[in-house]
Amino acid sequence: MKTAEEIKAAIEAAVPGAGVEFITNPSVSGQHSLRLEPSCAVEVAKFLRDELSFDLLSNVTGVDWPDKAVTDKVKVTRTVTKTVDGIEQPVEETVEETRTRVTPGCLEAVYHLFSVALKQGPLTLRMRTVNRTDHVELPSLTPIWRSAEFQEREIFDLFGIVFTGHPDLRRLLMWDGFKDHPMRRDYVEPDDFEYEPTAHDDVLKRALAHQAAIAGSASQKGTGAGQ
Amino acid sequence: MNGTDKLGVFDGSGSKPDGWNRPPVIEPDGDAELLEVAMGPHHPSTHGVFRMDVALDGERVIRLKPVFGYLHRNHEKIAEGLGYLGSMPFTDRLDYMCPLTNNWAYALAVEKLTGQEVPERAEYLRVILGELTRVQNHASAIGFLIQEMGASGTPLMYAFREREKILDLFEALTGARMMVNYMRFGGCRVDATPAWLDAARKVVAGLPGFADEMDRLLSGNEILMARTQGVGILKPELAVNAGVTGPMLRASGVNYDIRKVDSYGIYNRFNFRVPLGDHGDVYDRYMIRLLEMRESIKILEQALKDIPAGPVMDPKAKIRGFRPKPGEAYGRIEAPKGELGFYLISDGGPNPYRYRIRPPSLINLTVLEDMALGENVADVVLIFGSVDIVLGEVDR
Repeated sequence: MKTAEEIKAAIEAAVPGAGVEFITNPSVSGQHSLRLEPSCAVEVAKFLRDELSFDLLSNVTGVDWPDKAVTDKVKVTRTVTKTVDGIEQPVEETVEETRTRVTPGCLEAVYHLFSVALKQGPLTLRMRTVNRTDHVELPSLTPIWRSAEFQEREIFDLFGIVFTGHPDLRRLLMWDGFKDHPMRRDYVEPDDFEYEPTAHDDVLKRALAHQAAIAGSASQKGTGAGQ
Repeated sequence: MNGTDKLGVFDGSGSKPDGWNRPPVIEPDGDAELLEVAMGPHHPSTHGVFRMDVALDGERVIRLKPVFGYLHRNHEKIAEGLGYLGSMPFTDRLDYMCPLTNNWAYALAVEKLTGQEVPERAEYLRVILGELTRVQNHASAIGFLIQEMGASGTPLMYAFREREKILDLFEALTGARMMVNYMRFGGCRVDATPAWLDAARKVVAGLPGFADEMDRLLSGNEILMARTQGVGILKPELAVNAGVTGPMLRASGVNYDIRKVDSYGIYNRFNFRVPLGDHGDVYDRYMIRLLEMRESIKILEQALKDIPAGPVMDPKAKIRGFRPKPGEAYGRIEAPKGELGFYLISDGGPNPYRYRIRPPSLINLTVLEDMALGENVADVVLIFGSVDIVLGEVDR
């Protein structure tokens, strides 16, 4: 089988300006991946299907990479005025400062390709959105591989990636009125979710009072029935 | 009926025009008024809670949209909050007809991520249990299919009689009939005793007779042939493009069995064949399952003969609380319903950063609409039954 590097070279030769990036997988599984530029992804996918015989798109999934606060320790040299030997004079001093910077997060779609004709695979493709809030569009690969149809709907549902060019982009597992995306790392379940009062505590008190009121009105009327 | 037309051979060649893989748009006859029917979520044929929104022109299906999610519990999210071992019992609940193959697929993916080795006896045990699972799954799938056709009882009870014997074996070995929680990363939880292996040999010795019995009872049955031949045809190009795997793909004539392609575990040691269909209709999907049962019995006979002595688990292997190196792995097996894959991303912590199941049941349903369009509404139930799904896996 061709290695991911060879496939990358083949893509770059066939699709000019494809901007494929090789991502090393440090795990022992050795499944390295290629990150595609979303603007050329459909063209690259077509090339992979028709020319390199990757005819089976097996698995499509999303990954959420939230914004990450990274703390660096930086050594800073600055001049301060200090009293040395009773005389105020400028002294150079090196201090360690902690600085926090935020690496912006993104949503990622991961595709695992196999070849039925050549019995090869897997080839892992990835695509990243610009951010996690307002630029979450990625091109849909459903027109190339039909197997992405339900799986991209699932990613849209659970992660909130919008696949442009998908023929039928609706929620798959959650219901239509649902607002959030449960598979995101920062998803919080609403605490009053589908709250239904049961006969406990103050609800029980109200229920007993209600029953007593019914019983009282029934005996007043003298029907005596239905006790 | 065009059931006699044979399908072409899949070679994956040639580019296709845009939109070739979409279901065709069928126009109703004249100014007929369409009848919209919601089949499910509590329809007897839906094996759980699954809905098909069908539009009918008379009895002809014009449109079919599957609706999922009634059994959704976000297993993938739950797994992100658990250690690697903590998700093992949850995998039993995916495809609850085949818990052992689910265990196997997950164990395989974690082994790919960590590089653990599996002792030989454990590999044999996995094959024996996996193939027993396949036999009982295919037997039940055939039973349910015939049940949905109206043959109430008999074939399903024949299948369940055999399934009981296999579930008794599972119970004797693992302690549970369905929620087995048996496989571990780098082996299996407990060893099989010689008495268990003898009992398994006895059950396997009776299986060829059962396959013959099903074959004699059903294969030449006139009603079954009339109802299933030429119904729900799936072309091999579309099947591959739509990610259909397992017996359904092979019934369409595509030679793709992950046991042969990846030869994961020790499958390259066994002598077995991959049955292929000619027509890709419901009858072929029934027949492929019957033939695969026979091949599984062959594997079982070989494995039960050759199983070596030894440990089933590396005593030094750490199964609890380990932290794989950062990285990712995709592991897959040929489950009875198709390609069952697990995709794991580790960030170096004790829990998986991402845990994804590639469910064969859900992805095989992609082509349900294509197969059902233009058929009678009564045949939709058959076509759906021939896909062989379990909702625990579809909705996860």
